[in-house]
Amino acid sequence: MSNNSQSPNSQAEAVYSMPDERGHFGPYGGLFVAETLMQPLEELNQAYEHYKNEPSFVKELDNDLSQYVGRPSPLYFAKNWTTKLNGAKIYLKREDLNHTGAHKVNNTVGQILLAQRMGKKRIIAETGAGQHGVATATVCARLGLECVIYMGEEDIQRQALNVYRMRLLGATVVSVTSGSKTLKDALNEAMRDWVTNIDDTFYIIGTAAGPHPYPAMVRDFQSIIGREAKQQILAQEGRLPDALVACIGGGSNAIGLFYPFIDDKSVKIYGVEAAGKGLETGEHAAPLCAGKPGVLHGNRTYLMEDRNGQIIPTHSVSAGLDYPGVGPEHAWLKDINRANYVSVKDHEALDGFHELTQVEGIIPALESSHAIAYVSKLAPEMDKDQIIIMNLSGRGDKDIHTVATIDGIEF
Amino acid sequence: MSRISSVFESLKNNNQKALIPYITAGDPNLDITVPLMHEMVKAGANIIELGIPFSDPMADGPVIQKASERALVHNTSLMDVFNLVKQFREDDKDTPIILMGYLNPIEIMGYQNFVDQAHAADIDGVLIVDFPPEESHEFNIAMKEKELDTIFLLSPTTTDNRIKLICDQASGFVYYVAIKGVTGSAQLDTADIADRITHIKNMTQLPIGVGFGIKNAETASKLGAAADAVIVGSANVQLIESGIENNLNNQAIMQNIFDLLSSMRVALNQLK
Repeated sequence: MSNNSQSPNSQAEAVYSMPDERGHFGPYGGLFVAETLMQPLEELNQAYEHYKNEPSFVKELDNDLSQYVGRPSPLYFAKNWTTKLNGAKIYLKREDLNHTGAHKVNNTVGQILLAQRMGKKRIIAETGAGQHGVATATVCARLGLECVIYMGEEDIQRQALNVYRMRLLGATVVSVTSGSKTLKDALNEAMRDWVTNIDDTFYIIGTAAGPHPYPAMVRDFQSIIGREAKQQILAQEGRLPDALVACIGGGSNAIGLFYPFIDDKSVKIYGVEAAGKGLETGEHAAPLCAGKPGVLHGNRTYLMEDRNGQIIPTHSVSAGLDYPGVGPEHAWLKDINRANYVSVKDHEALDGFHELTQVEGIIPALESSHAIAYVSKLAPEMDKDQIIIMNLSGRGDKDIHTVATIDGIEF
Repeated sequence: MSRISSVFESLKNNNQKALIPYITAGDPNLDITVPLMHEMVKAGANIIELGIPFSDPMADGPVIQKASERALVHNTSLMDVFNLVKQFREDDKDTPIILMGYLNPIEIMGYQNFVDQAHAADIDGVLIVDFPPEESHEFNIAMKEKELDTIFLLSPTTTDNRIKLICDQASGFVYYVAIKGVTGSAQLDTADIADRITHIKNMTQLPIGVGFGIKNAETASKLGAAADAVIVGSANVQLIESGIENNLNNQAIMQNIFDLLSSMRVALNQLK
């Protein structure tokens, strides 16, 4: 067994502790909202701080995660794929096997318990690919709460299946036609709803972005991914992995995997952004790789913006990565060089989609396919006794239509 | 004393209320903005609020969102906004100008650079919607050094502790957001709003403007009775939108806005 298996607390270096009490990750994060939202966000922060370690809350959350979500998700050794790539051993954290088919539900089961304890009767959320919308509509159906989901008009068209799932679950799906008609505009519209209905409404943000306390709260709920993965790899291999790989849109699945490993300095961390048609074309969704810092949606982070500070349209084959910002903690991890942020193009992600489907019999989400594409490059460069854990953040059922269309197949 | 403070003081001495109309710079084109500003002054505006277009105006309702979209079709930038104010100043050196907008276009320009340019353009104050005092310390210092007023919002959800914190940092006046919601929405409960404004008046010496939802002379009059100023945004911008829909030229659009503001001015002047 290597030294890597020591707990972070036994190391001499300072333990990573972010954000500060006002939600800052270095210069990033914070609380950049209109005045009407300041007090509601403070109330949310206080409620979250109170409940997150409160025994009955923790017990109910743990129970829901195991009995409703189906956790722990397996850490699957992808033997065929490993053999094919002829490099590091690849383990897949199977978030695709969660109830509703992605990691998003880890966060919604947590936030809905908080909403209930705060006495909120109405739930709103934004969604891009529809996975967070479905995960939110699901927990609302279970608890009998009114649910309104904001979704860009363009995303509604490319993710029709998820739209129907949300409606089956009893949610109202509102088509957002302002701005670029995608995830960022859905978030704007959800914020406008929240500020208008602040008294009875709880806003479940789906990614580790937005104003404080959302980036920290979403990270904490998603960290179950990394905590389990750490225990599982220690049980299965007797040591920590050498590398973690996850795709990044807003970055919630990635921070969920990365966070419990941040103090384990031997573990390399790779976040994979969507290079779309190529960073050089400008048609991408890779703010960490090709953007610069700015302020949007309540926090300071890396953004896709023009020289006048206007947010520019993004492109990715995957709706879930089609976002011009990124969670502020990723911005910080980039600046302190704790994580490496890379990007892969649409066509590479599509190759990854087909590869995993064929060699392992697992159809991945197009978002996760970006991580797959990067592992295909990384693993062959590593030694055979090294270990990669990749977050398979969601299943690909929702993307079948998109992939078929690209492959020239009509149903 | 700043130009904004002087305006409020002289109005107060005459027992009058300030009328503060808002338009988005460059909506629907750069040509209309400066003449429209002059026209609003003629109609009785005491201070002008000029919006900086932004791609993601999170606190605005559909009317002002579309104004930003129209202005951004031809890439109205912050430099354009400064140039428009400089043009306005060629003929009007008295009416205070407040820029209103979101942080990111200012952030990318750099706080000091922005403040220097605003000062050079003879702008009087700045209101940044998504820049609360907890985050804007460095910016506020730069503003104070150039004697520019920093306007902040207060809302129905603002606690007494925050009212105090905000009024300590604010100068010129404070802007009370009459409703929980975005610009241009909802029915106003005037009695409630008047109570809140009276409460805030007990906590600060600063004049208080009220806005978000003032649509006509009647609402201007009702809210003006409690406050020191009324701020009119979506109602003006709505006239630009309907003017475009009805193929009106700039002159006709300006006339409609002149008529609306004149009616508000008359109503405000009848208050005692």
